[in-house]
Amino acid sequence: MTRPPERELPRFSVAVRWVHGVAGVLVLVLIATAAVLYNSELQVLVGHRPVVEAVHVWSGFALPVPVLAGLAFRSVRADVAELDRFTARDWRWLRSRTRRDGTIPVGKFNAGQKLNGSLSAGGGAVLLLTGAVMLATDLAPLSWRTGATLVHDWTSLAFGLLVFGHLYHALRDPTAMRGIRTGTVPAWWARHEHAAWAAEFDDQPADDHPAEDQRSRR
Amino acid sequence: MTPSADRRPEGAPVGRRVFLGLLGLGAVGIVGGAALQERLTPLVAELQIRDPTGLLAALPAGESFRFYSVTGAVPEASAAGYRLAVSGLVERPAEHTLAALQAMPQTELVRDFQCVTGWRVRAVPWVGVPLSHLLDLAGPTDGATAVRLTSFDGEYTENLTLEQARRPDVLVALQMLGAPVTHDHGGPVRLFAAPMYGYKSIKWLGGIELTSDVRPGYWERRGYDLDGWVGTTNGRDDDPTA
Repeated sequence: MTRPPERELPRFSVAVRWVHGVAGVLVLVLIATAAVLYNSELQVLVGHRPVVEAVHVWSGFALPVPVLAGLAFRSVRADVAELDRFTARDWRWLRSRTRRDGTIPVGKFNAGQKLNGSLSAGGGAVLLLTGAVMLATDLAPLSWRTGATLVHDWTSLAFGLLVFGHLYHALRDPTAMRGIRTGTVPAWWARHEHAAWAAEFDDQPADDHPAEDQRSRR
Repeated sequence: MTPSADRRPEGAPVGRRVFLGLLGLGAVGIVGGAALQERLTPLVAELQIRDPTGLLAALPAGESFRFYSVTGAVPEASAAGYRLAVSGLVERPAEHTLAALQAMPQTELVRDFQCVTGWRVRAVPWVGVPLSHLLDLAGPTDGATAVRLTSFDGEYTENLTLEQARRPDVLVALQMLGAPVTHDHGGPVRLFAAPMYGYKSIKWLGGIELTSDVRPGYWERRGYDLDGWVGTTNGRDDDPTA
């Protein structure tokens, strides 16, 4: 409480923002091409099935590239580890009906973000695996390809819902959107949405925060 | 550097378990999904028939046609402007209007439609002119051994041997599902080769050319078998449709 409320906290590193941005664009391309491949009206409208399929397949194979490349960076690994770990507080947050009111102090990511992260990652891996089996017309037996098609179809529906939910929450919170765009968020927002994470900064001397230096120079 | 990067987060690695669990389920689904699909398809088909909103049609299951188009938007052919050209190694090249085709002897068939990608629509009613009738009208010359079919989408082609083309269950279809073939289903005129996978039943039929050799069609140049018999080709084991 000793700090001015306008302070900016560093939320996402450059590496994290690039991984998120490149993977995000690939996912949007995958969803758009998937819609054309699956939806009859769109298929009749757009056509060009071999081209759309090639874009879909290569975007799918490209998706792990930014993620794996990102793991070379400590900041990306730290955020992944943060998303991975569930504490008793996270379970309490998920069960609580008033989870958004800030009574349960939330760390860098809330339990919903953690669930979305691991479900999206697992779903994405399943889509990649089944997609590869569907393509392996010479290697995989027919029944495997039928099974892979079934899993791919239903998983893509679920994955689409996860992305829709992610975008829904993002678009409702411009400050959170600014966080993933510029890398920093205002301290008042952090205290409200991620109180436990914001509190971690209170132990640190002000000199550690370049964003604050910039502010004092104005 | 954010403080969170300096220490290990506490708690159980639930994310990792979810990730690995989903991957495991996916692998189980690949191996066992075909059996599940056999039970799922009739259930979903039943629901889709009773669904007044039509929303369930978006589910990736059930017995419904899927539409595959290899070009951009295909120009719609009006009933008046439609022409079917018969050319190549024939005594009497011809151009048939839709009215002329409708005036020819019609054959009715009810057959399953099986796609090489796996989906099947049961008991589809078809009405059309047997391709053999058009071939008889044109009179193939001695050198003719194959039939090349072209689509007025400008891109798609298909091939049959002359012997296959003369089968009584290969139709130049004018009606499908109890009504004139719609544009999306390849109308006003498409082929229906009953004993073969769907890729042989060319949509938006525009030309029939008699040739001296079988030239691979659109999908056959991309790896599909020249002979599209359901159940014995393309590495598949579906129940035959004829």
